Amino acid sequence: MGKGRGSRWVHWLGLLILPALLSGCQRQPGGVSVVGSTSVEPFAEALAEEYMSRHPGVKIFVQGGGSSAGIQAVRTGSAEIGMSSRNLIDSEKDLIAVPIIYDAIAVIVHRENPLNDLTLDQIRKIFSAEITRWVEWGGKNHPITLVTREEGSGTREAFQKLIMGKREISLSALVQDSNGAIRQVVTDDRNAIGYISLGLVNDRVKALKIGGIEATVDNIQHQRYQIVRPFLFVFKSRPQDLAKDFLDYILSPAGQKLLVQEGLISMNPIPESKKEARR
Amino acid sequence: MSKEKILEKSFLLIALSSISILGLIAFFIFEQGIPLIWKIGLKSFLLGDRWFPSKESFGIFPMIVGSFWVTLGSLVVGVPLGLACAVFLCELTPPTFAMILRPMIQLLAAIPSVIYGFWGLIVLVPLIRETFGGPGLSILAGSLVLGIMILPTIISISEDSLRALPRTYKEGALSLGATHWQAIWRVLLPAARSGIVASVILGMGRAIGETMAMIMILGNAAQLPRSILDSARTLTTNIGIEMGYASGDHRQALFATGVVLFFIIMILNSVALLVSRKGKA
Repeated sequence: MGKGRGSRWVHWLGLLILPALLSGCQRQPGGVSVVGSTSVEPFAEALAEEYMSRHPGVKIFVQGGGSSAGIQAVRTGSAEIGMSSRNLIDSEKDLIAVPIIYDAIAVIVHRENPLNDLTLDQIRKIFSAEITRWVEWGGKNHPITLVTREEGSGTREAFQKLIMGKREISLSALVQDSNGAIRQVVTDDRNAIGYISLGLVNDRVKALKIGGIEATVDNIQHQRYQIVRPFLFVFKSRPQDLAKDFLDYILSPAGQKLLVQEGLISMNPIPESKKEARR
Repeated sequence: MSKEKILEKSFLLIALSSISILGLIAFFIFEQGIPLIWKIGLKSFLLGDRWFPSKESFGIFPMIVGSFWVTLGSLVVGVPLGLACAVFLCELTPPTFAMILRPMIQLLAAIPSVIYGFWGLIVLVPLIRETFGGPGLSILAGSLVLGIMILPTIISISEDSLRALPRTYKEGALSLGATHWQAIWRVLLPAARSGIVASVILGMGRAIGETMAMIMILGNAAQLPRSILDSARTLTTNIGIEMGYASGDHRQALFATGVVLFFIIMILNSVALLVSRKGKA
């Protein structure tokens, strides 16, 4: 074999080793990786960006994949921090979960839907397909298009627990795998009803009052609007070093303020945050 | 060992490694999926119609039915179109025009499925919702998009098998007084039957396997669909839409869904192989 081929081999070897080296970077003391829920991901990214600009040289890697994937990653040690938008199930209770912020869930309908207000019981009946047509409220006699998140999603779990209780969400409901996709379906379909994070409600859909109570920050902090769930950071053991510092930053007034600006709800009210939740 | 021998062996090694990857994938799917099927029973897994993983009920019958309808729908759309196109390319168009058309059809195969899905979502779904009512995200939308997606498979394989026919078939038919159309319909198509059937079966395999576009336009309701305007969920989209958050038994149930898919695809491909081989013999 000639010299040329020998050096080519080195290139190939390099290609093989490169990913290993790159993934190795995340384990170095100057970096911490945060993996999990796609609901929490955009907020964690904003936090990481802000944190990194305050601490040059520190790297925080934020990655989606889902709550379960994040929890799994923490368990196997491939990530220091897991993000979860659902509570830990029994088999995961050996991990440490810290609520970093709260998120309200809004029930949304098409902008032109005349309806403004539903009771919890009505929502329950709609989503379990006991009521299947809008005509019940003087609307047009159109079938209701239910839109829900997929099984295992933190938003769905919270909706199930906080609203549906023991009742099942009807199997006839359309299933979309992100808040954004649900919002899109509800934007397009005038017969649709769905639920998404309050922070992601925009003016192309209408958030309903529930039992006459609007989802505002004030109503949420005073526990009048109760469709609220925590966003969790999950650790294998007590957070240390950089992971702890990052968590401390998030829980500090500065970190909480940033999250509140993004439409989430801090349960320790900061003076500046007493305004209506952003639409 | 001579240089040639070394090369030979290394090619063998590479070939074996790609086969062993297939073996490994199969092993992991089975290793993860079989325990759950065992636990809840094959019958209640395959024939159960309630899919509530958080409540430990894992029935994938609606997904099997969903896959069936969507695939059938795609064939209804894709087979006549594809066959007509193959006949046109092979028999009815001047070679120069066919040379322009053929690469364009192959381009259809190169479009990423997410683009098909996006197009379906933006164009077809609102159209169906406005015209027929219902959510628009439906078996009809899925079938139309899938029907287009399987066209390249059906066209290219059918065309190849039409082209592989001896010229004498056509010449014989024509010299017996058959019109061009009669020669195509009565002689050429029946003679190329095995290749055409194989193309349809391979198209089916593609249709059953398609995930991304279907997640976007089927609506993914885990219900037994009652009409083509209903939303449905296929076996692949069941895995695709839920894998992000699945853990424990739920995750295993998704792998078990993969086991079922694995068998369906294996059966389809074997049939395609058998049919096309029989045709050659």
